[in-house]
Amino acid sequence: MKTKGRITAALAMAAVLPLTFTACSGGTSNAGQDVKTLTVLDSYNNEPDKSILQDSIDKCAAQVGVTIERTTVPGKDRMQTVLQRSSSKTLPDVLMLDNPEVKDVAATGALAPLGDFNVDTSPFAGNSLDAVTQDGQVYGLPLPADTLGLFYNKEVLAAAGVQPPKTWGELKAAAAKLTTGDRYGLALSAAATYEGSWQFLPFMWTNGGDETKLDSPEVKEALQLYVDLVNSGSVSKSIVNWTQADVKDQFVAGKAAMMINGPWQIPALAKAPQVQWDSVQIPVNKPGQTPTAPLGGMVWTVPRTGDEAKEKKAAEFVACTGSEDSQMSLGKARNTVPVRAGLQEKYIQEVPAMKAFTEQVENARARTGKLGAEWPKAATTIYTAVQLALTGGASVDEAFARAAAG
Amino acid sequence: MLAGLLSIAEPEGPVNHMPTIERSPLQAPEVPRARNMKGGRRRFSEENIAKVLFVVPAGIYLALFFGYPVLKNISMSFQAYTTKTFFTGVAPWVGLDNYITVFQSNLFTPALINTALFTVGSIAGQFVIGLALASFFRRRFRLSNFLRSMLLLPWLLPLIVGSATWRSILDQDSGVLNRFLEATGLIHDPIPWLTSPAVALSAVVLVNIWVGIPFNVTILYGGLQDIPEELYEAAALDGATGWKAFRYITWPNLRPVVSVVLVLGVVYTLKVLDIILGLTNGGPANATQTLAVRSYQTSFVDFQFGVGAAYSNILILISLLFAIIYLRANRRTVDE
Repeated sequence: MKTKGRITAALAMAAVLPLTFTACSGGTSNAGQDVKTLTVLDSYNNEPDKSILQDSIDKCAAQVGVTIERTTVPGKDRMQTVLQRSSSKTLPDVLMLDNPEVKDVAATGALAPLGDFNVDTSPFAGNSLDAVTQDGQVYGLPLPADTLGLFYNKEVLAAAGVQPPKTWGELKAAAAKLTTGDRYGLALSAAATYEGSWQFLPFMWTNGGDETKLDSPEVKEALQLYVDLVNSGSVSKSIVNWTQADVKDQFVAGKAAMMINGPWQIPALAKAPQVQWDSVQIPVNKPGQTPTAPLGGMVWTVPRTGDEAKEKKAAEFVACTGSEDSQMSLGKARNTVPVRAGLQEKYIQEVPAMKAFTEQVENARARTGKLGAEWPKAATTIYTAVQLALTGGASVDEAFARAAAG
Repeated sequence: MLAGLLSIAEPEGPVNHMPTIERSPLQAPEVPRARNMKGGRRRFSEENIAKVLFVVPAGIYLALFFGYPVLKNISMSFQAYTTKTFFTGVAPWVGLDNYITVFQSNLFTPALINTALFTVGSIAGQFVIGLALASFFRRRFRLSNFLRSMLLLPWLLPLIVGSATWRSILDQDSGVLNRFLEATGLIHDPIPWLTSPAVALSAVVLVNIWVGIPFNVTILYGGLQDIPEELYEAAALDGATGWKAFRYITWPNLRPVVSVVLVLGVVYTLKVLDIILGLTNGGPANATQTLAVRSYQTSFVDFQFGVGAAYSNILILISLLFAIIYLRANRRTVDE
């Protein structure tokens, strides 16, 4: 069996050799040298966002004095890419994450706290830092944020003599009145994904519900609102299978007079000039409540690459993206709200269409603020409960208990 | 994947061996001869080394791309493999914990039942329609070749595109299918294809049947072409035509092909994922959760890679079972 042994040895060599080569090439260190380039990974892979972000990146790169090697991946592949790159120790110098992902990634030890590089995060609104703060350390600097609001078709509402609803009661009445023929009063997404949970949160939170206690009456009242809207026929039963993009399509096609959606749909709405729209904040259950929607938006982080000089430079770059100028220009170009304090009034003046969303962002809440790594579990429970209640699989009273058991 | 390999392996190969051995046609005649050799005198002959060298590339390929993933998946299912593992490389061994999590999950039994219903429903539909179409195309007529190639379209279409299109076709309010059925007076209320837990699984099966028909038609048509025309002529003289010809000539001669189609179909259908994700994402209210969907969601949505690996290993075991049934059945027909 001598040959066999030799062949095995040769095979083993052949298998290991490439690994040693990569290990060598990956191990080069810039410590002590001038940093000339930074690698950036983000998920704005579609136009116009890709170019808009490129402008923002270029400005800061010039200011910090580096050239940028940028890679983009589709949003849905972002976490998988991050995980693959962590295991191969090839994380970029600057990494874009969605804000609910930050705590999870930070918990793995893959991210450096921005405090280590003396990045000043104090000018940022508290709610925008909730999602990126773990054990008192801030791990990312938020890009301008988005959230959810109520879009309505101005012509349709005017023709029906309906005012944009401010309370749940008004919402139900308006949706019922606006429902005619093949047009529904309201469209929203209750899909079996995190998107479905994200859309339920504004109603749940506005009513005082909390993700730490999903079995509470406040949360159930929000679910009852969904059930009432669907059972009365003002909202399509198909919402259990609609993404937010589907909801926008229904609205644009005139098959829904109002919709729950976010400002990232504004470019698509602009392409359909026949739809005259405006937006208001999420209606409240009882007068006196504050419309509270989830805070959406991306975050720049500095992964631990082991190269101190580069990490420091990356932190400088990230700090630059948090500047007033960077936040304002990116916010204007992408219909997202600057989260750096003191910019909101100026922003509304320059982008009046974003008035309702700007107010909504100020009171918005981070999804992972309370639960951190446990949030995905709660999000799964929420969308499952919504689906159970809407499809008659469980009563509103039992839905959350049933969903939590799954 | 492993099971897929097994089922295309040499039918006379010993069942309990690894697929790597059975797959190489070079190996089959070589093994008994090597055993007959006395001592090891001629073991290093040029001929033997050449033989080994022929096998090596295939061996490396299989070990790297089939062996390693399977072994890794098995070891992963006994580890606490989470997002953290990717950065730290630490994945503590947890014994059977992941499997216990799977079996105790309230979604496991529904997912298992759905997997069974989905597979049986899909295979039955695909096979019956596929066989009918294959028999139909056996008669040559104008445009028959063109039509037969058009039938391959669902196969050529990316599944994500197919499922997105079907999602709009099956929409409850404005979908083409409901509009058509209403217009023809077949139904009065729109059918909630993808929005009712009671109907969604059937709708998903329907789409999967559409996807699977080309495969069934192609293989069965090939099998039908191999049945000698003389048999039908002789049978016709004896008065066996139409249904009788099918019962006594087509079916018995087609049986080996049928078993290939069915076993491959089962293995392919068990692991169907993209269609379900595209149509319902496992909803509404978990009505279309299958083992493959659970495996994907626990791994790539919840990032519980250990539990996800346990789900997929269960799936692989079920596939393997069918592959073994196929190999046994085939060996019996060869023995006969």
